[in-house]
Amino acid sequence: MGILVDSNTKVLVQGITGKQGSFHTKQMLEYGTKILAGVTPGKKGENVHGIPVFDNVSEALEVFPEINASIIFVPAPFVADAVYEAIDAGIKLIVIISERVPIHDSLKFINYARYKGCTIIGPNCPGIVTPPNTKLGIMPNNLFKTGNIGIISRSGTLTYEVAFRLLKGSLGISTAVGIGGDPIIGTDFIEMYDLFLKDKLTSAVVVIGEIGGDMEERLADYYSKLKNKKPIVAFIAGKSAPEGKRMGHAGAIISMGIGSAASKIEKFKEAGIPVADRPDEIPLLLKSILSR
Amino acid sequence: MKLYEYEARQLFTEFGIPVNKWILARDIREVIEKSSGLSFPLVVKAQVLVGGRGKAGGVKIVRDKDELKSAAEKILQMRIKDEPVDSVIVAEAVDIKKELYLSIILDKSQRAPLILASTEGGVDIEEVAKSDPSKIIRIRVDPFVGVRDYIVRKIENFLKVRNINKILNGLYGVFTKYECELAEINPLAITPDDQLIAIDAKVLVDDSSIFRNTRFKDRKTPEFSYYEEIARKFGFSYVEQEGDIGIIGNGAGLTMTTMDLVQYFGGKPANFLDIGGGANSEIMYNALSILLEQERIKGVFINILGGITRCDEVASGIIKAIKDKGITKPIVVRMIGTNEELGKRMLKEVGIDTFDDMENAAKQIVSLIYNK
Repeated sequence: MGILVDSNTKVLVQGITGKQGSFHTKQMLEYGTKILAGVTPGKKGENVHGIPVFDNVSEALEVFPEINASIIFVPAPFVADAVYEAIDAGIKLIVIISERVPIHDSLKFINYARYKGCTIIGPNCPGIVTPPNTKLGIMPNNLFKTGNIGIISRSGTLTYEVAFRLLKGSLGISTAVGIGGDPIIGTDFIEMYDLFLKDKLTSAVVVIGEIGGDMEERLADYYSKLKNKKPIVAFIAGKSAPEGKRMGHAGAIISMGIGSAASKIEKFKEAGIPVADRPDEIPLLLKSILSR
Repeated sequence: MKLYEYEARQLFTEFGIPVNKWILARDIREVIEKSSGLSFPLVVKAQVLVGGRGKAGGVKIVRDKDELKSAAEKILQMRIKDEPVDSVIVAEAVDIKKELYLSIILDKSQRAPLILASTEGGVDIEEVAKSDPSKIIRIRVDPFVGVRDYIVRKIENFLKVRNINKILNGLYGVFTKYECELAEINPLAITPDDQLIAIDAKVLVDDSSIFRNTRFKDRKTPEFSYYEEIARKFGFSYVEQEGDIGIIGNGAGLTMTTMDLVQYFGGKPANFLDIGGGANSEIMYNALSILLEQERIKGVFINILGGITRCDEVASGIIKAIKDKGITKPIVVRMIGTNEELGKRMLKEVGIDTFDDMENAAKQIVSLIYNK
């Protein structure tokens, strides 16, 4: 159980021969992920950690028709092409790790994916992990152990931080999804939360937000109107961030008064969602909620 | 990347959006020479990237040559919120019957361009959105469909104007061709003879598109300070703040949280510096050097969660920076993950405290700096 990916997920790696693609293919294989094939144009016939490389996605799918997800590591200028290729080949789940993808590219391929019924996670995200053995992402393998807590996050290393806290607090993870740090991303908090609602394994969800945009506020509104809900514990990064400056992530900017940490925290609290001041409070809040 | 008004005006003109007649001048001689073809009254506008130039006195209406000279002289010597004014626009003042608002933004929740139009122009649109949202119309544009005639009709009916097609399509053209996050006309003036004219122009271009956008590729970015420029060359995300505790983290969310914790325990973060994933010794050396050189920074808190980043690499970069710079400021390091034990041992040998959790590390740096 868990959401989006599990041991039935059969994975294609686009950009498998690159430094990042190759390194993380090894890590994902060690975690137990079922990677069947990789694609790098012009590198047909090679193999990376025993995984065969194809020139294009449809050739890979001819040999491995059971492939049902792709993870993309190609450099930003080539991401759009890789995504369209995967969508047109019929893949229904695409995780985009690459950073600095032009926003107008994302805008188009995300809309295209929606017309075609394809789910996109990212760009600029750490990926998805469903412990104990399925990871389409770049998170450190040793921090993600099985349990009943879902994680949805706009951040990478902060997700690992929370996983580390849960591990120390003897809590495990159903699925952790890093949805990405860009202004325009494939899937948002509400859509992920909905999936966790339907997941039998998940009993509570940690939402890791940050400054910029209004995704946290919309989740808070949505949550307060729901009849059947699973508890959320929230954390917001960027409480000390100045207005008008991008804090690393392209999406992390307080602009025209919108997207401040204070507004997000207030909205969560109004909706009855506890917000941790510090990462070490997250496991404590979870335990107190789950023991009710 | 935010464009100057004059750059945005040039784009508008290229895409057929009418703007009031204007010239750009970098000194007083140019102001006088170039504005000879314009008819008074004129408006002198400081060209800066920070907002609020009007309130800061950076926009003046002038009625004759003397007024023009003194206003332009004054504005060209100004600093607006620390930004020096290097140039001014001199534009013909427009007779205005009514001011409207028109923009195209990237809408994060709808994942599409969104047209915003309002009958209330010349004011902060966020204020209108709060005080009277019924005065704003929002129309989503499918990026594969573009601005169709029905959208133009809707906007025209809402604004009660009849000739916005060319302007709206021009603005959408700028927005898509130059991969904008925002293309805004505020105000869009209606003249007494019912012409529509853009009298201000604001354009934000997506930074991640610059590599293929030759027009802005080599553009200088005066938004950045000296150290911000250095950090940018190293490929770091770096933002300066007013405090005195230097911050280095890996990953944007973790680095922000590191700053937040310093503030939580009563310290003042001096900066945001994200060294990204997979940093090696050299990257850490460069990052720490930038902070150690700055006198205002009294100590540094380094927070590394090593996945692909190796703690021993981080440690060797830290040690090298301290030795090279010969600076003794308190440094506190929190590191966990790959090769953690080795990294910690290396740092201990040179007398640097290391921590497993960032709360204790944050407390430690705050107490070292302020003797709390």
